[in-house]
Amino acid sequence: MYNLLNNLIGNEYVAAVIAAALPLFVFILPFALAAVLLERKVSAFMQDRLGPNRTGYRGLLQTVADILKLIQKEDITATDADKKLFNLAPVLVFAGCYAAFAAIPFSGAYIGADIDLGMFFIVAISSLVVAGILMGGWASNNKYSLIGAMRSAAQMISYEIPTALVILSLVLVTGTLSLHQISEQQTAYFWNWNILGGAGLGFSKLLLIPFMIVGFIIIYISSLAEVNRTPFDIPEAESELVAGFHTEYSGMKFAMFFLAEYANMFAVSSVVAALFFGGYQSPFGYLGNTLGISWLVPLEQFFWFTAKGMFFVLVQMWLRWTLPRLRVDQLMTVCWKYLIPYAFVNLIIVGLITLL
Amino acid sequence: MLTEFGKIFIFLLLAIFFVIVAVLFSKFIRPARPTKEKLLTYECGENPEGSPWIKFNIRFYVVALIFLIFDVEVVLLFPWALSYKEFGLPGFLVGAIFLIVLGLGMAYEWRKGDLEWARPVIQPPVLKKQTYSKDGILVSEEKAKESSAVLQDQV
Repeated sequence: MYNLLNNLIGNEYVAAVIAAALPLFVFILPFALAAVLLERKVSAFMQDRLGPNRTGYRGLLQTVADILKLIQKEDITATDADKKLFNLAPVLVFAGCYAAFAAIPFSGAYIGADIDLGMFFIVAISSLVVAGILMGGWASNNKYSLIGAMRSAAQMISYEIPTALVILSLVLVTGTLSLHQISEQQTAYFWNWNILGGAGLGFSKLLLIPFMIVGFIIIYISSLAEVNRTPFDIPEAESELVAGFHTEYSGMKFAMFFLAEYANMFAVSSVVAALFFGGYQSPFGYLGNTLGISWLVPLEQFFWFTAKGMFFVLVQMWLRWTLPRLRVDQLMTVCWKYLIPYAFVNLIIVGLITLL
Repeated sequence: MLTEFGKIFIFLLLAIFFVIVAVLFSKFIRPARPTKEKLLTYECGENPEGSPWIKFNIRFYVVALIFLIFDVEVVLLFPWALSYKEFGLPGFLVGAIFLIVLGLGMAYEWRKGDLEWARPVIQPPVLKKQTYSKDGILVSEEKAKESSAVLQDQV
């Protein structure tokens, strides 16, 4: 995609800017509009309600109306707040979560930056979000914000370790950190996906399956915790902390936190999909290859990638309305006493099996 | 020539630019009529009480310290994970020994109780038998031991 734009425009910097803007305007903004509506509809049907159904046909325009309302809202910065840090926090949170999209391959033809250290980069840049949240909570000069921010930071950094350990065990199998190459290795059919032991044939593939499933469960639980979704939403537990770290934010700055949250939901879901479920690869071959239309293949890959990501986003929504919130001590126990030891053992066993 | 990390830098710049433009754009549309009450720190409608920059539970710092150690060690393992196959079993053993040492450190922290979080202590309500005189003055107050014992059994 980048080469295509480069040839079309003739200036590599302009091409790079356009290539970098594509995920934001083509993907994240429409996704956030759809996902907010979807979440409200899903929660409504789970609780036997109707959900939004007045704006547009069956409430389809509800989020558009919400956005228009948010743009017009008065933006209040409390007098006690630390103005500089207060304004910097949404920038950091959004930048940290958007930069992660640079290493995510949307299809075989589009990846923002094809770096060898893709997965490592995503883990590292996500820490910028923690810094932004802590900054926003501290600068708000509000008790709810500070408590929410501290809990959020403790939770996000704790759950980063099981995530990193599972990624490490996957790296032992794939031998690369680039999400593009990891997706390429799981090509053709669904039995080549990493959750079913990867592309290799033989005895070790069969041995790997249970440990890959354990790894998937661990990384999915910790990715839920990293985006502060229920059952790990104590940082913004609305029944005790109002809105957590963004209590003081209003108007467009609040909208930025909201957008970052939804973008992050998709980012972690798509990373899980790319690591274990073949990324953009189709489970049963491509229509474009059968018909001999070469430009259809990247579009199909984009469809499969979005479908897999959306599936995991839907599971996140489903879990949100099914499970109750954990207490803070339970949260830390789950991470340090269950997930990390399991991930450790998983890592060593996977290492032994791949050595065979 | 633009490197791959240069493209990532453009991603970062674009995100920063997007937030700034969005906030500035709404600035031209939205009203700005601040009053003293609006600019007050939010505390459920009450006047804010004391400084919010309070002393924090020491547990948060312990968690941050343990995280720091683990994260550094996990980062050290990434290059090993990428290249251990070249060295066969000895290469794996080097990493495994490192992991076991890490696991021992984890066990030590666990044993020392650094992974415990303050748990809510359940305090059952103590029922008191109160007798009043005719004027409504409290005459005597004694604990009803049986009932509280029953409550504690239930907990």
